[in-house]
Amino acid sequence: MTLAMQPRERAVPESGQTTAGSVRAAAPQLPEVRMPRHLLSAADLDRPTAEHVLSTAQRIEQAMAGREVRKLPTLRGRTVVNLFYEDSTRTRISFELAAKRLSADVINFSAKGSSVSKGESLKDTAWTLQAMGADAVVCRHSSSGAPQQLSAWVDGHVINAGDGTHEHPTQALLDAYTLRRHLGSLDGRRIVVVGDVLHSRVARSNVLLLSTLGAEVTLVAPPTLLPVGVTSWPAAVSYDLDSALVGADAVMMLRVQRERMSGAFFPTEREYSRSYGLDSRRRELIAEHGIVLHPGPMNRGMEITPQVADGAGSVIVEQVANGVTVRMAVLYLLLSGEMDNTATATDSAGGLA
Amino acid sequence: MATARPVRPAAGDAVPGGDGAPDARVAPPGGVQESSSESSATESATAGPSREIRTEILSHSDIARTIDRIAHQILERNGDRHVVLLGIPTRGVHLANRLSERLAAFAGRPAAVGSLDITLYRDDLRRNPPRALEETRLPDGGIDDAIVVLVDDVLYSGRTVRAALDALRDHGRPAVVQLAVLVDRGHRQLPIRADYVGKNIPTAFGDDVSVRLVETDGSDSVELARAMPTSGPTSPPTLPPTSPGTPGPGARTATSTTAPQGRGTPS
Repeated sequence: MTLAMQPRERAVPESGQTTAGSVRAAAPQLPEVRMPRHLLSAADLDRPTAEHVLSTAQRIEQAMAGREVRKLPTLRGRTVVNLFYEDSTRTRISFELAAKRLSADVINFSAKGSSVSKGESLKDTAWTLQAMGADAVVCRHSSSGAPQQLSAWVDGHVINAGDGTHEHPTQALLDAYTLRRHLGSLDGRRIVVVGDVLHSRVARSNVLLLSTLGAEVTLVAPPTLLPVGVTSWPAAVSYDLDSALVGADAVMMLRVQRERMSGAFFPTEREYSRSYGLDSRRRELIAEHGIVLHPGPMNRGMEITPQVADGAGSVIVEQVANGVTVRMAVLYLLLSGEMDNTATATDSAGGLA
Repeated sequence: MATARPVRPAAGDAVPGGDGAPDARVAPPGGVQESSSESSATESATAGPSREIRTEILSHSDIARTIDRIAHQILERNGDRHVVLLGIPTRGVHLANRLSERLAAFAGRPAAVGSLDITLYRDDLRRNPPRALEETRLPDGGIDDAIVVLVDDVLYSGRTVRAALDALRDHGRPAVVQLAVLVDRGHRQLPIRADYVGKNIPTAFGDDVSVRLVETDGSDSVELARAMPTSGPTSPPTLPPTSPGTPGPGARTATSTTAPQGRGTPS
């Protein structure tokens, strides 16, 4: 980065002018939009910023529509590392595709088949990535807070792609994007989130983001699958799915996470399915324009019946496509203009000298 | 306001030519030297409320006549062939729409109009904070084998047009690409020229050309703004507008004496 700076400084001999130039160059950015340096939590995005990400995604979708070359040169020469400590199909492929569509170089790093299986710590891995000059690190980890730790160790931008039972902000963004496409503004829209809230990072991020965007979120789950302190969340809580579904604008089914079901959270799968599964009868309860979302992967027959998953008003496949678009927007907004802070600092220093 | 703004703070260097001021048309090397030393003196002035002289270059009716003329030129050059007007947001799109209306009036059928956002193709994305993206919408028939006329309000460094050419390449393969601009203000940083020019305006590097259109700004006008050096010479440079469509004879000279510094990429 320092090397890239040098010709620029040489081209403009008067340092005072350079400072003025940086100030002026900053002008076109919308004043109220504050994109965080790392995307670790959906709470990092205030309403104008979240809406900026979503409208950027919409523009990118427009720009990609009907093109001969499905690629933009925007992040040419940047490196994005996908650091996945947990299994993932759609999130990893989605991030990989998003980075590649923006012409970034992508390195996929999964815990299996890397030095992690030999016992390398997260910190040592972070230093390795740092030394290799990763501009962005997309991190999925089974421990809540791992991406936050990572953000302290690397210079690049860290994007949380799911950490333990904590957060999954890009999933919330793609859900919000999908909802906006079908419902328009989310102000006052009633969205019901059903299932294993306790273990779901998707639910946490969605509650935060959707309430930021003005939607009314209702969480529905058996009491054993609701976290302690859920009453402090910006969402209503209910144990009765039928009454919560009546007139809802959208229903989001959460996956029952079998791998985290070590305790006895519900008696039998069949009983869970009867009380909290979305079948054709319950599908009829939501508003006529209502849509059905699922972050995937689905347990068909458990939390959702195949008839509903593949039926009218189901946007589950579209969610996957929107994931690529939204992640392109996040990568663009995080990675472009990266030189600006450094440049301003150097320029002001030059101005003082 | 669409401003093709230079990155360097405005200073009274290299006064461009007006028709009635032949001595100001060719800035003597000494003048340039003097003004560049002034620019540091005006630093403090730019921080406070800066004084500037604004001259209207094109009025509402001038802009209407100019668009009429460009529409005729497009017809003259391309005849009955399939023309697609692609505006560069935001004002280029409005100009493209107006051109299409005029083409409909003169030739009986409107040209297809689209909009092409070039933000993701800019070459300064790493330097500047991310910009809000604008609409991209290509006409239904696409652009393959069409005559594409890119439309923008101000042609300055040429970098926007470079980005637009890159973007076009990803969208399809037009038969011909032409460029129409309302104002050409010189100071190119790339080997690019326009096929249809509404008006050539000789400018100094530090000047500011603002295009206003009814669709976005409520009124039609093109203005040239020049910052006044507060501690410099007291006599304001006179900028009588030249007749539309006539390149100012001083344009070339002004451009060569105030070569851009090679950084800063105004849109």
